[in-house]
Amino acid sequence: MKFKNIVRAAGCMAAVAALACSMVACGGSGAEGGADGASGELSGTIATNGSTSMEKVIGTLAEQFMADNPGVTITYDATGSGTGIECAKNGSADIGLASRDLKDEETGLETVTVALDGIVVIVNEGCGVDDLSLEQIAAIFNGEITNWKEVGGADLAISCIGRESGSGTRDGFESITGTEDTCKLEQELTSTGAVITAVSSSENAIGYASLSSVEGQQGIKAVTVDGVACTEETVADGSYKIQRPFNFVLMEGATPSPAAEAFIEFATSPEAADLVRSADAIPAS
Amino acid sequence: MKQLNKPIEAIFHGVFLMCGLLSVVFVFGITAYLIISGLPAIAEIGPVDFLLGQLWSPSQGQFGILPFILTSLYGTVGAITIGIPLGLLAALFLSKFAGPKASRVMRSAVELLAGIPSVVYGLVGMIVLVPAIQKIFSLSSGATLLAAIVVLAIMILPYIINVSATALDAVPPEYEEGSLALGATETETYFKVSLHTARSGIAAAVVQGIGRALGEAMAIIMVAGNVANMPHLFGSVRFLTTAIVSEMSYASYGSLHRDALFSIGLVLFVLIVFINILLNVIVRKEEK
Repeated sequence: MKFKNIVRAAGCMAAVAALACSMVACGGSGAEGGADGASGELSGTIATNGSTSMEKVIGTLAEQFMADNPGVTITYDATGSGTGIECAKNGSADIGLASRDLKDEETGLETVTVALDGIVVIVNEGCGVDDLSLEQIAAIFNGEITNWKEVGGADLAISCIGRESGSGTRDGFESITGTEDTCKLEQELTSTGAVITAVSSSENAIGYASLSSVEGQQGIKAVTVDGVACTEETVADGSYKIQRPFNFVLMEGATPSPAAEAFIEFATSPEAADLVRSADAIPAS
Repeated sequence: MKQLNKPIEAIFHGVFLMCGLLSVVFVFGITAYLIISGLPAIAEIGPVDFLLGQLWSPSQGQFGILPFILTSLYGTVGAITIGIPLGLLAALFLSKFAGPKASRVMRSAVELLAGIPSVVYGLVGMIVLVPAIQKIFSLSSGATLLAAIVVLAIMILPYIINVSATALDAVPPEYEEGSLALGATETETYFKVSLHTARSGIAAAVVQGIGRALGEAMAIIMVAGNVANMPHLFGSVRFLTTAIVSEMSYASYGSLHRDALFSIGLVLFVLIVFINILLNVIVRKEEK
């Protein structure tokens, strides 16, 4: 009997709390006029969905934002950029996440770039090549150049390692080098780590991986592209060619919930830059 | 005492029956789910285009899975061809020849082999086997069907050894003693009498090995290369399982791509069921 009463009381309290929260939320949206990141209590859930590459960035930003705004819950589904864009379009997520720019046919959407990521072209230390031009990289992955000696390396057949179709890294790499659907790969691996391991164990191999995951790895070498090494600076100033944006995708013209709007504002603010950096990405501005 | 036992007996009878039925329910549930989610895509693509198409390129709307089916069959046959003789001879040694000490050590080693997670097999294969194949056959990449076959053969070994050793242990000693008494040598006895008597258990071991080889994904995804080519012993290939694993996370909900991946699951399921039934029929026929 007593236990039942306690349960009932707890239930009532929870209901009251929920009611209070929702009223606060209404108040918040009512006072939208003076939208100022710091004013008032935000509450609600922000559903994000999309790019697997953005996991670390979103995780870090969301953690900080939820610590600052205890009433807000941010969820993240790692499904892939394509799904993220679709979810933004059909409204099943508040914020779609895409680690690439929108394609021409993906209309009615707008993007907010929160960070940049460099895609490093990696080769084995033993292949004898340090620099490749963008055209050479495209020719290698298209199967036009098949031996390292054609680009100044050792006499070794080239074996191209890529990611599985749908991967944001692959998408970014192929769209920049112009090799969509023409890549002749010898291996398609499903994670950055697997690509790095495969490249480090074969002198013939060439692959690509995101900048953050390549640092400090043994046995592989990051080639310079058109003479530019992939570093945070060269990606930020645009001189390193193979890079991609980490985007928030939103419906064009629609107003996101106050919480989502505050989160977008927070993610692009200068104080988020350090968080983005700590998540191994490069701040957008 | 008897009266006290009766209701308890009845309750436990019920509990066991429930547990037994539950596994049947699971099988039917999975079957129904796979058929419901797998058939629409097959209908949309067309069964002939789907099963016999040679090109898999979801971005261009091409969904042909013949390369995956053939790769899975070749890979399994290859693994079994290496795995069965090795496993059977090992089981024979464990059951008949080995002394108690050697047997104990070897059996625990085999058990350990079965307990190693498949991703570890994949990792070792990737770091040791793939470069070795590349060097031995001077290929540009060692991630080939051959590497997958070797990894699968090693992975199914413990299952074949365990089940066949148990079957060989269960052969009545009188049979073997009779054979020896008639003047047959030990080797003749074990090969002609013991193996023959234990054949249904050995068939079960083979079925388990085939099921395991067909269903394995994690280890071979790291060594097979995963490119949707027609199977070639020294070429990069993609299995039915790895096709599902590598693309499922990127295929958006409701798309034909995702449905097609479920259809691959259905094909894999049908394949495994078909092989199981076939082997069971063969074993039964032999017993009669």
